[in-house]
Amino acid sequence: MATTAHGAHDGHAAHEEHHTPSGWRRFVYSTNHKDIGTMYLVFALVSGVVGGLLSVGMRIELQEPGMQIFASAHTFNVFVTAHGLIMVFFMIMPALIGGFGNWFVPLMIGAPDMAFPRMNNISFWLLPAALALLVTSLFVEGPPGELGVGGGWTVYAPLSTSGHPGPAMDFGILALHLAGASSILGAINFITTIFNMRAPGMTLHKMPLFVWSELVTVFLLLLSLPVLAGAITMLLTDRNFGTTFFNAAGGGDPILFQHLFWFFGHPEVYILILPAFGVISQIVATFSKKPVFGYLGMAYAMVAIGGIGFVVWAHHMYTVGMNTGTQAYFIAATMVIAVPTGVKIFSWIATMWGGSIEFKTPMLWAVGLIFLFTVGGVTGVVLANAGVDRAMHDTYYVVAHFHYTMSLGATFGIFAAWYYWFPKISGYMYSETIGKLHFWLTFIGVNIVFFPQHFLGLAGMPRRIADYPDAFAGWNYVSSIGSYVSALGVVVFFYGVVHAFVRKEKAAANPWGAGATTLEWTLSSPPPFHQFNELPRIK
Amino acid sequence: MRQGRDTIDFAEGAMTTMLVLKRLAAVVAAIMSVLAGSEAALAGMGQPSPWQLGFQQAATPVMENIVWFHDFLLWLIVAITIFVLILLLIIFVRFNARSNPTPSKTTHNTLLEVAWTLIPVIILVAIAVPSFKLLFLQTVIPQADVIVKATGKQWYWSYSYPDSKFEFDSLMLQDKDRKPDQPRLLAVDNEMVVPVNKVVRVQVIAADVIHAFAVPSFGIKIDAVPGRLNETWFKATREGVYYGQCSELCGRDHAFMPIAVRVVSEREYAAWLDQAKKKYATDDSQPATTLVAAK
Repeated sequence: MATTAHGAHDGHAAHEEHHTPSGWRRFVYSTNHKDIGTMYLVFALVSGVVGGLLSVGMRIELQEPGMQIFASAHTFNVFVTAHGLIMVFFMIMPALIGGFGNWFVPLMIGAPDMAFPRMNNISFWLLPAALALLVTSLFVEGPPGELGVGGGWTVYAPLSTSGHPGPAMDFGILALHLAGASSILGAINFITTIFNMRAPGMTLHKMPLFVWSELVTVFLLLLSLPVLAGAITMLLTDRNFGTTFFNAAGGGDPILFQHLFWFFGHPEVYILILPAFGVISQIVATFSKKPVFGYLGMAYAMVAIGGIGFVVWAHHMYTVGMNTGTQAYFIAATMVIAVPTGVKIFSWIATMWGGSIEFKTPMLWAVGLIFLFTVGGVTGVVLANAGVDRAMHDTYYVVAHFHYTMSLGATFGIFAAWYYWFPKISGYMYSETIGKLHFWLTFIGVNIVFFPQHFLGLAGMPRRIADYPDAFAGWNYVSSIGSYVSALGVVVFFYGVVHAFVRKEKAAANPWGAGATTLEWTLSSPPPFHQFNELPRIK
Repeated sequence: MRQGRDTIDFAEGAMTTMLVLKRLAAVVAAIMSVLAGSEAALAGMGQPSPWQLGFQQAATPVMENIVWFHDFLLWLIVAITIFVLILLLIIFVRFNARSNPTPSKTTHNTLLEVAWTLIPVIILVAIAVPSFKLLFLQTVIPQADVIVKATGKQWYWSYSYPDSKFEFDSLMLQDKDRKPDQPRLLAVDNEMVVPVNKVVRVQVIAADVIHAFAVPSFGIKIDAVPGRLNETWFKATREGVYYGQCSELCGRDHAFMPIAVRVVSEREYAAWLDQAKKKYATDDSQPATTLVAAK
């Protein structure tokens, strides 16, 4: 076992005699990228349900003017905050990066596992700990006499410092520290894996686009999360150790927090969408039975989006009282991102053009994302212009914009990946009928929730309010109905999952046909506990 | 050979696109006229209307400019979105597995790739020109006739007229104090009063956490930050009452600290000013606003 001179073959037989771990130790002590990926996916599903229940709670309140189910408007603000933090840090990121990234990056590059399998373990287990801290924050004091953090996911100072003297905000800060650490360690793992463990013959320019998307994403994580960590540590010391970073009376500046937060926050939104873009590239190519159009353009468009994403953060801050020339710069830089994004949309369309497309469930989600991300993207171009953002900032127009790109972009990407890779992960085929029903309920539901919110924003409805002037009642009612339709879609989704595990229709190694050309489809469904003990050779 | 077939595909696609586009343009024009026209805001000026689709009616030249620019952008983004939708619909019809059993192998087309990089750049430059004009209109403050200082507090506004040395608080009216014609969550006890057709410079600050001063029909929004005096301006061109709401999450009653600006004739303004000086005279022993001290 110890000698390595004979390479992959020799220890092969010896390794086979090791038992696959079982019971709780298999998962708690796991160093297997597939098991860890599965844990991330389960965690993301549970968090998604929690985050979704929070949003339905908000929509129930907002269905009619007046205060209906929330005793205090602060509690509504706590729901707003928790919904955002949970969906971003505990649903989208674990699903797309920890879940599908861990599962398929090693498989797609022909690697036996990640570079640091044990560090992979702690990256996962930091998340339930982080979520536990966040949930704890809900039950301890925030503002005087009230429970929980009601500062929005952006937790601006001084609301998050002097405005929340109780321990809830401190729990929230520690939760974010753990989640951030989880992702930074994961980023180190992914970068090392992708740079060093590609199979012989797989140059960077032969990697699947999903791997490219994860590579760019984790670089963004590596560079942006430390700034968030600094910002929230400064909140912690302002709150507990007498510093005044964000307190003008002590010589500090509340706006400094916003700059630090958004320096992280803007790359964060590209972190949320880029892996979804990678998934879409794989799915569109598979179901069109054609390679992706313009591979290099697609890869480097993602690099461009990631890179430019670091120098546009203040478009979230146009109304803080910013210098005119500075606003002008951020307008120009932000609009530039539309160019590589457009390249991707048009390249996916060109991939489908001339294809022989089977519109199976993964492809429905992918096409849905392409169209709906376009809608969200163009409202982003509107918001990029500070002059008109003056009227839209902190209104429901912004809420509509980011939900189109996130709930209809990233989340559609997650479901697309789910249906595409579920047969590989579980070894069972899902029911196409249930999958398609899930898609249509969700597609219709989320559009009914979020499209009318553009109107509300234009009409002047602010965001993060528990009650609104009566004139906004009409579209709010419509939006709330949409949330119930979407919730029904989630129920259908879980029914479909259970149905697949009960029916146990076995999935082939490649259920998708000639269009599925990446390495994971050469392995059984599910793959063996260890794969690629002999590295594949790529031509 | 394959290249020729693909070229024909593109030409056919282009013609189909044009036909469908023409039909859709008619529908879009109908929607646009509803959205673009400020007449969409019917019931009250200076406040939202039920089922409103677009902006509230503009009451300042800046807001008129914002509305114009947004209309311009809206045409553009609707056209782009419909273009993408049409391409997807064509794909759905022409390139599904039954209609097109043999997939093509095309993975490159340099002309196309250059076009879909350069054309968006040109569109963005076309957007940037009026965008910067609007930005400068908003941020370069003309010579002011009246100065008002608004201080955001948890959870109400205070308005100070520094030239006249008085200040008063402006609280949302509770339902029991509200008359039927005063809108819920928008009406206040003491409005900010300004003269019509005069440049009003609004200085905005906060006393505790970050708030934001916004009046949608004026097209203004500026954060109220403790320790930082921000400025914006407006020139209301019509008398009336114009409402806005706090636009930065500031705690429990963030939804319940509205802004109300009453625009009156010069004569009425002069009369109100006299009354207000007596009614709201600041006690000179107290500073007009207090900042919350660091804990």
